[in-house]
Amino acid sequence: MNARILPYVLILPVTIFLCLFFLYPFILVAQLAFTTGAGFTLDNFREVVSHWKFPISMRNTLLLAGIVVPVQLALALLMATMVTKMDKGRDMVLYVWTIPLGISDLAAGLIWLAIFEQSGFLNTMMGALGLVERPVNLLTFQNPVLVFVAIALAEIWRATAIMLVILVAGIGLIPKEYYEAAEVFGASPWKRFVRITLPLLRPSLQTALVLRVILAFEVFAVVQALGGTLFPVLMGETYAYQFDLLNSGAAAAMALIILVISIAATLVILRVLRVPKGATI
Amino acid sequence: MTDATATAAPATDTRRAGRFLYLAGVVVLCAWVIVPIYFLLVNTLSSPDTVNSFPKPFIPDFDLGSLAFFAKFAGMLTALKNSVIVAGMTMILSILIGAPAGYALSRFDFAGKELFRLLILLTRAFPLPLLALPLAVFFIRTGLDDTTFGLALVHTTLALPFAVLITFSLFSGIPIELEEAAWTLGCTRVTAFTKVVLPLILPGITASAIFAFVISWNEVFAAAVLTIENRTLTAFLLQNLDTSPLHLKFAGGFILVVPALIFIFAVRKYLFAMWGIANR
Amino acid sequence: MTFRKGVIGAASGLTILMSGAAVQADVLFWSTQAKPVEEAQAMREQVLAGAGQAVDYQPNDDGPFLTRLQAELQAGTGTIGVLGALEGSFAAMNPDDLVDLDDLGLMSSSETFNDLARMGTDNLQYLPWMQASYIMAANKEALQYLPEGADIDALSYDQLIAWAANVHEAVGEAKFGFPAGPKGLKHRFFQGYLYPSYTNGVVRTFASDEAVTAWEKFKELWTHTNPASTNFSFMQEQLLSGDAWIVFDHTSRLAQAFNERPDDFVAFPAPAGPHGRGFMPVLAGIAIPRTAPDMEASKALVAYMMKPETQIATLRATSFFPVVDVEFPDDMPPAVQAAGAAVAKMSAAADANPGLLPSGLGDKGGDFSRVFVDTFERIVLAGHDIRAVLDDHKGQLSAIMEESGAPCWAPDAPSEGACPVE
Repeated sequence: MNARILPYVLILPVTIFLCLFFLYPFILVAQLAFTTGAGFTLDNFREVVSHWKFPISMRNTLLLAGIVVPVQLALALLMATMVTKMDKGRDMVLYVWTIPLGISDLAAGLIWLAIFEQSGFLNTMMGALGLVERPVNLLTFQNPVLVFVAIALAEIWRATAIMLVILVAGIGLIPKEYYEAAEVFGASPWKRFVRITLPLLRPSLQTALVLRVILAFEVFAVVQALGGTLFPVLMGETYAYQFDLLNSGAAAAMALIILVISIAATLVILRVLRVPKGATI
Repeated sequence: MTDATATAAPATDTRRAGRFLYLAGVVVLCAWVIVPIYFLLVNTLSSPDTVNSFPKPFIPDFDLGSLAFFAKFAGMLTALKNSVIVAGMTMILSILIGAPAGYALSRFDFAGKELFRLLILLTRAFPLPLLALPLAVFFIRTGLDDTTFGLALVHTTLALPFAVLITFSLFSGIPIELEEAAWTLGCTRVTAFTKVVLPLILPGITASAIFAFVISWNEVFAAAVLTIENRTLTAFLLQNLDTSPLHLKFAGGFILVVPALIFIFAVRKYLFAMWGIANR
Repeated sequence: MTFRKGVIGAASGLTILMSGAAVQADVLFWSTQAKPVEEAQAMREQVLAGAGQAVDYQPNDDGPFLTRLQAELQAGTGTIGVLGALEGSFAAMNPDDLVDLDDLGLMSSSETFNDLARMGTDNLQYLPWMQASYIMAANKEALQYLPEGADIDALSYDQLIAWAANVHEAVGEAKFGFPAGPKGLKHRFFQGYLYPSYTNGVVRTFASDEAVTAWEKFKELWTHTNPASTNFSFMQEQLLSGDAWIVFDHTSRLAQAFNERPDDFVAFPAPAGPHGRGFMPVLAGIAIPRTAPDMEASKALVAYMMKPETQIATLRATSFFPVVDVEFPDDMPPAVQAAGAAVAKMSAAADANPGLLPSGLGDKGGDFSRVFVDTFERIVLAGHDIRAVLDDHKGQLSAIMEESGAPCWAPDAPSEGACPVE
């Protein structure tokens, strides 16, 4: 087959699929953001941005993503490297570390609420260890920092496996000879990690980071379970507009704002972690 | 001689310390994952009184009442079957459609490549509950409504970005020289692909399969809107759980989690398929 | 060979046809009520089993409920046979999308409910199906701290605050529980209980001086409220875990506590303010969308749900009370007995000040409630100045009333045209 049209043939199924099942409904919904029944208008955006909760939810979402994602990246890299060094028991350890993948975000919220609530497991443990006399009320509006920490912990627990799986899949292709050669030349484990693993893992890093960041801007279920009404995030506000206030125009506007932020972050990551052309090593 | 042994001793010490740290790290990270799940199990196997009590027990009292309730809950098995069917179809579709695109992205430079990649990522950056209405109207009009296949199509849309990008990142790690060598040795493009490249990207396919299965399994909104008679277990159960009594929340949550965990267990070793094989 | 094949083919074809037909004969009862798994189970097994036809009861979250309904209405055909939802959901719908139900000859025993069900038209768009209310509940442990001379069935807000303060002091922890969580029904408390009791109005008096007093009193109560209340949406959980000893919530969100440990808790009426004991009913309705596949079957199901025996079975299953006159049997579950007694005392109280559900707001109902939620969050959680916040949101409330054109409802004095915010 002609090598010029081959790539287009290969991406044709995906393109058709996404045009039909994503682009088509997306265009219909995105239109709503620009109409209020009286023709083209930016009123929906104005309404959404001027609500008192908007800057708060924007700040919360960006803060949460900005703290959780780097921690998860470091943790996932650490876990991926650890797992490559194992021989026996490697399967089991990797399995354990990918368990959170199978847990829906609603179930994860439930579990972590059971840990952090006043009559929950953390208080039980602290009481048993004698650290506190009576159960501490952690998730209250008087402790916004604690609420944030609880949410961040739950999110780190839940979503690190996403990046881990992608990195593990990619790390297996790094030729062992490189490490052996580096050891012969006296390179320390850290140097080997930074000079061999990271660069060769670039495509997987790029994929893992981009996918995780996009999902991080859409965080909702765990935040609602642990933070209640204390920690508004962009996606929660979007759903409120759509299902409580029955305002699809405003909801579409919010969703487009989240989309723009996601695209911006994606472009930055794609630029910083450029995969060299041909991607051969 | 003494010098060598003298330097050898501290070196073994640091190595031992390093090894201990490593093992400790592995254990801590495993505990970090398992302990919260264990709490879920404890609450599932406890009586309603225990679930609401304080202090919480660390050993469950093996009260199967909450699980027994779900055993008698009408419609569970059909819903379970539907979930498995939809997740299976999502896996197959997303890999079949997505892997070729991943290959194209890594091997070729073509006009519209960046735009295409952006389109793929866009699909995850817009929430599905907002898109559900036009999709449902479309499905009702075309007869795809209330079919497991129709729902699988929607779930595939969610899983495609993972399939495409993961296979892309893996193909990028396989030097083109490998394929070229196979061509010079008489393979066609296709055989070179299936015999040389495919085994090497099996971890990528496994990862994509895991994501596809899990995404489809845990998806609730589209499943609740697009399937009625053929409800998936998640659509059938998850919506009712957040208003249910606490002990049933845990038991139901546990039931929803188990099949996904079983699936990941079954495919775990394929994430390492060609581990350590020198590919030069 | 061919003959056998033919017979087998015909037989399987017939089976397929019959199973297909059997599946179609299920009336799809698409609802947002009876969502907890036990209630859904009870609806299917005890209430709908005697309907005389196969019914598929599917309770959903609001999001999928609405999206599916809208999709079917847009597409013009559908599988939903009967809708069950709160009256607020119906109020936001277009009456043309619902089939007129006057020809069934059925109504509730309350003219107010029937009026709401007409949605501003001359015909019944939905039938009032079942009702509930919001009450207070307490752990019996807390009873010893009641203030001197207070009658639990006739508390004033001041007595309630004193009670919560006594518990707080004695136990060292704030034990009043309030459903301030994301799915909590806090806005109904402000609309139907706090405002009527203190200001004898909801819309007109939103920013009045009496409203300022009401919020000040609530802030005082909040100092004795469990601060994790911003996570609480179903107070039965906190009653059972002991995190809260005195709570306010919807009767069906307290049911589990009473059913599991009936001897540990008491139910009692909401407190009274200077303008009486404000309270508000919750109404659920049952309707038929215009895209229902089998009108006869749908109407038969609706008629069945309105029968007294079915209403009593529904009460057992969901803790929602009948809207038609019924004879209550003696063996009701503890939650029903406790809640029923409290609601009866509340309605029969000398200073009862019943409020109506907001009506005429159309799809602005959500915005209306959001004003109260925002006011609560800013005054109570963020500590902003009460007068400033009320004046701030007054404009929003005015705009909502103007846009929807809704006239005043009890306890506000009637108005000509849209209800003004004074």
